[in-house]
Amino acid sequence: MIKALIIDDEPLARSIVREYLESHAEICVVQECGDGFEGFKAIQQHKPDLIFLDVQMPKINGFEMLELVEQPPAIIFTTAFDEFAIRAFERHAIDYLLKPFSQERFDKALAKWKEQQGSGPAHDIMLNTAAQNAPQNQRVIVKNGTHIKIIPVDDIHYLEAADDYVKIYTREGSFLKNRTMTHFSQVLDPTVFVRVHRSYIVNIKLITRLDPLEKESYQAMLTSGARIPVSRSGYPKLKSVLGF
Amino acid sequence: MSKRIRGFLIAAAFLVLWIAGHFLLLREWGFSLRESITDAVVSNFINILCCAAVYVNLRYYRPARSRYLYFLLVCAMISAVGAAASRYVLGKFPNSEEYRLLLGRSTGLRFDLLLLLTCCVALISELWHTIQERREQEKREVNAARMAREAELFRLQQQLQPHFLFNSLNSISALVKSEPAQARKMILQLSEFLRGTLRKDEQHYVPLCDELKHLELYLEIEKVRFGHRLNTRIERDETVDDQPIPHMILQPAVENAIKFGLYDTTGEVTIQIQARLTDNYTVVTIKNPFDPETSSPQQGTGFGLHSTQRRLFLLYSRNDLLSTEIDGNIFTTTIKIPAHDKSIDHR
Repeated sequence: MIKALIIDDEPLARSIVREYLESHAEICVVQECGDGFEGFKAIQQHKPDLIFLDVQMPKINGFEMLELVEQPPAIIFTTAFDEFAIRAFERHAIDYLLKPFSQERFDKALAKWKEQQGSGPAHDIMLNTAAQNAPQNQRVIVKNGTHIKIIPVDDIHYLEAADDYVKIYTREGSFLKNRTMTHFSQVLDPTVFVRVHRSYIVNIKLITRLDPLEKESYQAMLTSGARIPVSRSGYPKLKSVLGF
Repeated sequence: MSKRIRGFLIAAAFLVLWIAGHFLLLREWGFSLRESITDAVVSNFINILCCAAVYVNLRYYRPARSRYLYFLLVCAMISAVGAAASRYVLGKFPNSEEYRLLLGRSTGLRFDLLLLLTCCVALISELWHTIQERREQEKREVNAARMAREAELFRLQQQLQPHFLFNSLNSISALVKSEPAQARKMILQLSEFLRGTLRKDEQHYVPLCDELKHLELYLEIEKVRFGHRLNTRIERDETVDDQPIPHMILQPAVENAIKFGLYDTTGEVTIQIQARLTDNYTVVTIKNPFDPETSSPQQGTGFGLHSTQRRLFLLYSRNDLLSTEIDGNIFTTTIKIPAHDKSIDHR
C-alpha cells in the first residue's frame, strides 16, 4: 500500500485530491494537514511515500516545511501560483498541479510519479532552489528537537560554520541548520549579511567596533559582545558595504 | 476678437501721438506746415511698416541658436531700408532749401530711431513667444501628469489577486460533485464579485453601502473556502450609507486582513469592518487578528497597504488618510475618506 499525505489549508482543496484519489485504490491517504507545522509532524510520524503539497499555507509555507524534512518523500505540488512562479521547481518535484486541475491532469501526475519511482529525484537540488525562490526570505526555519523555530532574519546576529551545519546565533541562543555557508551567503540580503570570514557571516547592523588584530586581519565587535574574526579577504567586503 | 480690436486701437493711438510729436518738433524748428505734416506722416508710416515687418518675420521664423544676433541683424537691415525709403519718398516732394538740408543730415538719426524701435518690437515679441511656449509646455505637462495619474489610479483599482480567483475556482471544482447547489451559489457570487471588480464605468465614486456589499460578497466567497473558521462582522451607522467613497478603495485593506488574518493563521478568526461618519470624514476601520509568531508587522503602513496609500494620495494629495495600528495580535487599518468632496472632477 502506498501512503500519501495531503497538506493544504483549504478543506475543499483537500477534498478534491481525495476525490481524485478514489480511482487509485492502491494509494491510501494516511492524514490530511492544514498547515506546515502539522504537515511536518505528519511526515515524521507516517513516513509517507507521496505528498500532495500546497505552497501558500499558514505558519510556514510548503517550501519552508520541506526544508525541515531530512529525506523528503516524493512531492506533487498543488498550487494556485501562476505557472511562471512555479516553473522553477518543475524539474525537481515530481509534478505540479495548477489549481483548479482535472482528474486527467491528476492521473498524469500520478503516472509520472510511478514512472520515476526508484530512480529517486534530486531532492537536495530541489530544496536549494526552493529556498532561493521561496516568496519570503525574511526568515529562517530551524528545527530544535521536535520544535520548529521561525527566526526573522533581522534577529540573526551572525552565522558560524560548524562541520556540515551552520550555527545561527540570535539573542535567544544558537540554532543548527543543515545548510552550507554558501547557501546562506546566497539567500540572505548581501547588504546586511556579509561573509567576513570563511566560517563567519555577520549582520552588519550589529557591528559596534572593528579592531585590528594582526597584520591585515581584524575583529568585529557586536552589540551582543560577540567577537567575530574578519579575514584579509573579508575586510574589503565589509569596507565596501559599510562604506568607510 | 475684442482683444484684437483693442490692440489695434492702442497701436493707432500710439501712431497718432508719435506723428503729433514729430510734427510739433518740426514746427518748432521753423519748418512750414506742409513740410512738417508730410515728414511726420510719411516717416512714421514707414516706421510702423518696419515694425510690422520685424514682427511678421519673427512670428514665422525664430532661429534656435544665436537668436539675439539674428534679431539685431534683421532689425538693422529693415531699419536701413526704412531710413533709405523715408529719405527717397520725402525727397520727391517740392521742399524748401532748409528742409532739404535737414533731410540730408537726418538719415543717420532716422536709422538710429528705427533700429531702437524695431529692436523693442523684436524683444517684446520674443518675450511674448517665450511666455506662449511655456504656457503650451505647462499645458502639455499638466495633461501628461493627469493621464499618468489616471492610468495609475486605474491600475491600482484593478488589482485583483489571481490566487483568490484560482483558489475559488478550485473550491467550486470540489463542490460540483458533492454539493452542486453550493457550487452554483459560489459561481454566482464569484461572477457578481468579478463584475463589480471589472466595472469600467466612469464612476470613480460609489456610495459606501455599495462598496460594503461588494466586500460582503468577497467575504462570502472566502467563507466557502474557509467557512469552518472565518467569521465576519460588518457594522455601520445608517448615516454613512450614501456617503461617496472611491470605488474599490477598501478592497485591498480587506484582502490584506484576509491574507494575514485568515491565510496565515490556523484557528477561528473574526474580521471586523466598521463604518461611521465623523465631522468631515467617512471612517472605515478593518480589524483582523494575525499570528505574531510568523508574520512580523513592518514599520509604517506595513502589511502591504502601499497601493491604498498611494491611491488616497493621488485622490486627495494627503498621506494621513490611511493609518494602521497593532494591539496585541489585532491589526487595525483605518481609512478616512474626506466628506463633501469637491475634487470629483478628475475624470
